[in-house]
Amino acid sequence: MNPATIALVVIPLVIIELGLMLYALYDLFQEDRRVVGDSKIMWALIIAFVNVIGPLVYFFVGRDDSRGTETVGVGAAPTESIARILATWPGLAADTDAAISTAGLTKRYGGIVALDHLDLSVPSGSVFGFLGPNGAGKTTTLRLLTGLAAATDGTGTVAGVRIGGTGGELARNIGYLDQDPRFYGWMRGRELLTMVAQLHGLRGAALRQRVGEVLEIVGLTEAASRRIGGYSGGMRQRLGIGQALINQPRVLFLDEPVSSLDPEGRRDILEIISRLRGAATVFMSTHILNDVERVCDRVAILNFGHLVVEGPIDELLDRYAQPVYELEPEPRQEGAIDRLAGAMRGQAWARDVKTTPDTVRVFVDDPRVAGPAILPLVVASGVGLVRYERARPSLEDVFLRLVAESGPPIAPPVTVPVWGLDARGRR
Amino acid sequence: MMGFRVLLLKEMREQLRTNRLIAVAAIFLLFGILGPLTDRYMKELVDAIGTESGGFSIQVPPPSLEGDLVQIIKNLSQFGIICALLLGMGSVAWEKERGTAGMILTKPASRAAFLAAKLVAISLTLGIATALGTGVAYIYTLILYPTVFPPAGYAAMAILLWWMLVAFTSITLLASTVTRSAIAAAGIGLVTLLVMGIVGALPTIGPYMPSSLSDPARAIAMGQDPGSLAGPLVFNIALVPALFCITWLVFRRQEL
Repeated sequence: MNPATIALVVIPLVIIELGLMLYALYDLFQEDRRVVGDSKIMWALIIAFVNVIGPLVYFFVGRDDSRGTETVGVGAAPTESIARILATWPGLAADTDAAISTAGLTKRYGGIVALDHLDLSVPSGSVFGFLGPNGAGKTTTLRLLTGLAAATDGTGTVAGVRIGGTGGELARNIGYLDQDPRFYGWMRGRELLTMVAQLHGLRGAALRQRVGEVLEIVGLTEAASRRIGGYSGGMRQRLGIGQALINQPRVLFLDEPVSSLDPEGRRDILEIISRLRGAATVFMSTHILNDVERVCDRVAILNFGHLVVEGPIDELLDRYAQPVYELEPEPRQEGAIDRLAGAMRGQAWARDVKTTPDTVRVFVDDPRVAGPAILPLVVASGVGLVRYERARPSLEDVFLRLVAESGPPIAPPVTVPVWGLDARGRR
Repeated sequence: MMGFRVLLLKEMREQLRTNRLIAVAAIFLLFGILGPLTDRYMKELVDAIGTESGGFSIQVPPPSLEGDLVQIIKNLSQFGIICALLLGMGSVAWEKERGTAGMILTKPASRAAFLAAKLVAISLTLGIATALGTGVAYIYTLILYPTVFPPAGYAAMAILLWWMLVAFTSITLLASTVTRSAIAAAGIGLVTLLVMGIVGALPTIGPYMPSSLSDPARAIAMGQDPGSLAGPLVFNIALVPALFCITWLVFRRQEL
């Protein structure tokens, strides 16, 4: 072979093969690149030593674009911006129809009944908390209402549109945020919102304006040009809210919108949700009761697929909350506290006594009888107190009581304090 | 199909941003070059090494235009099928697993559009790569051989080769829809490939398999009579929409 032939043979092959390998290695060692198996060294070896196929396998299988390397987060939008933008959005018509209505909605998976004849009516414009322990059927309900799953039995309407239909009418009226929102890691935040807006039929200046507004509402204007793969968990959640809001939905479904967030992230998301009151009906599934008390008007409690109760929070508290006395003992009195709790449990007026290392909560039937009787028992038990008060019953008390009464015992719900809020979730 | 245009743009952008288009194009270019080179210089290389050693005798046929074409089709179809499997295996399964399918399908986008955008985008990627691979192979044949294939026949061969890859993509897309795991989808695709290879060897129904399209493709490129091509051609053209309909029927009933 003459030198020209050798050049003809070798040079293009070397350029393509070496070029592909070097390009794959360059891509692999990008700062925010995540790979399957989390070992960049392993993938570098595959790219370098598995001839030709190595880079191919890396690009097709090795890159994990669903996860990014979390970069520095960005601050949320100021409250005034959110309020200013939402004030320009069309409010819900003052109709009396329920935003969500179900009749006998049932979902079975083989022999397992995930949702059992749910009859629910959610008023238009409300922020509705859908509560229940894990596995109660909350996510199943959301999937049925958003059209991601088909009901075994029963019917329902959302924003006046029958669920389970085709043609996109339901999709045009709702927004949906999954409990663990994952997006295309290779996309940029603005691109995702633009794509979703285009699916909703927005074009041109209207599209650009809406995307800009939503980015501002969720506080991602600064990060709009960054790859979603590099977003923190809180930023992804905010982007999730953004994509759900892009069509100015009449009904917004949020599945556990804050359960995976840090206190600051939770505060930001709850701020956005509370600002949406009147602009959309918000249907929020959660098991964080502090958040529900803070932002919701009404709640429904679900357990083992059954609706336990539904109504305005204050009404439920009035109807189901038992009077409760809260005692805060001096530290290091464990033995005396046990004696006191035992003595109170033996009283006819005591319905339940719950102790933690810091508090003793006494649920009573009649405060007129219990009130005067508690302190003598404290004195008799020799317990020193820091604080003693008649506490306002919380939604958590109602929830635990109703769930316990409606089915087998369950683990208590998560109650995580939010930064800047008191123990009951209020500012 | 509601939302098809937007979803197709997203899929094509994904092919570019994730470097899949570049990787597939590079592979096709590489094997497009290697095809003519292998046929043209294999005999010279083997002769230089020595055709007899240790009692073995290596017989390499002299370079020929037909041998060149066999190498081109073999290289591009083999690696093309691997690319079709890799492109199709996670296309639906990964989106279901990661929840992005649920996010998209709660928007005004039909399930048919969701699937069609994927099939068209992967087919376009394979089409671009096939054009590059067969194009560079044609140029190398032009340089290395005194004569070259008739352009129209060669183009028809490239189109048949591409359609064969689209058929394999449709099979993998179906597998990716049936299962929630990309690995399982690849496994189903590979098993189907093996079954088709076995069925392809049978006398009556063999010519109807997608992998058997390479025989009439070679004949057309060489300007020879492709035999009774019409039946297998119509069958394979109809196979892709038929597989797509089955995929849609499966996906339509799935809960995300």
